[in-house]
Amino acid sequence: MSELIILFIEFFKTGLFSIGGGAATIPFLYDISDKTGWYTYTDLANMIAVSESTPGAIGVNMSTYVGFITSGVIGCLISTFALVLPSIIIIDIIAGFLDKFKQSKYVNNAFYGLRPASTGLIGAACFEIVKISLINIDALKMGNIISFFRYKEIILAVVIFILIKKFNKHPVFYIAFAAAVGIVFNFAA
Amino acid sequence: MKMLLELYITFFRMGCIAFGGGYALLPIIQREIVENKKWAENDEIIDYFAVGQCTPGVIAVNVSTFIGYKKKGIIGSIISTLGFISPSIIIIAVIASFLAEFSHIKAVNNAFAGIRVCVCVLIFNAVLKIGKTGIKDKFTLLICLIVFAIAVATNISPIIFVICSGAAGIIIKSIKKGEDIK
Repeated sequence: MSELIILFIEFFKTGLFSIGGGAATIPFLYDISDKTGWYTYTDLANMIAVSESTPGAIGVNMSTYVGFITSGVIGCLISTFALVLPSIIIIDIIAGFLDKFKQSKYVNNAFYGLRPASTGLIGAACFEIVKISLINIDALKMGNIISFFRYKEIILAVVIFILIKKFNKHPVFYIAFAAAVGIVFNFAA
Repeated sequence: MKMLLELYITFFRMGCIAFGGGYALLPIIQREIVENKKWAENDEIIDYFAVGQCTPGVIAVNVSTFIGYKKKGIIGSIISTLGFISPSIIIIAVIASFLAEFSHIKAVNNAFAGIRVCVCVLIFNAVLKIGKTGIKDKFTLLICLIVFAIAVATNISPIIFVICSGAAGIIIKSIKKGEDIK
């Protein structure tokens, strides 16, 4: 029971403070992982992949996923409802005076600071995924610089980045490609 | 009542086909809401996206709420949002329950090890895109770097960063305006 209450509170906060869409929820999911230990950073990276490859908004998909692995069907209903509740409340209020909101100086000025902060937060989340996918922190602790970098993975990352810049296809294509490469070259070993 | 049901079904359908979220939803909404249902004008939809992006929460959910509110007030906004998120809940719950059973298979683990590399690149790409609209001068670059450094080094809640950077935006802008007058 208390788990469901924590789910509701954490995802309500995520809905209320994540600004800038999809990826903006990711830093909050790391924060929830740190606080509760419900899932690891590796689980989270897997969830992001599933959320990007299925229909629906990424933020909604991720909150459903977290809710489900923590408390099953009830959990995913609660976490997702909690995520969208602040949106419903805020938009219903703003819808009444939309034009005033658009022209508000305070709103625009706040966003002057919020957008770069959001960039920094998501960048930090990206760094956490780098730590579990491209490098090997344990090797560094043992003083082994050579196996610090995971060469196969880094090459794949560079290839995918070039493909994205060149073709600009839907993420699901790159995810499928990466999965195939992972199986063929035994990435988990 | 009939209108509410129609809202739910329309947004449920869009939730099924909207891959990617955010602006990926714009062409789908334009076709369904503007052209087929004629529930809103194109200009209104663009406004909803603009405001939906600078209000908290998932952009697609914010836009769904706007359209629902326009048609049927607060009840309409709740119904359309529930319609939009229902497919996600069903699809993800099914996938999540399957994945747990397959997670001990070696091929699945290898696939996800590859996929994590891809997620890394996708998010890096998202950072580049958001950075392009957010980082305009030395102040915004500084905010981005400070937030990045503190977020990497500590476990401070993202909420603190959001509140502080919003306040910083207002303060820096008002000081800059003072300089302009001189």
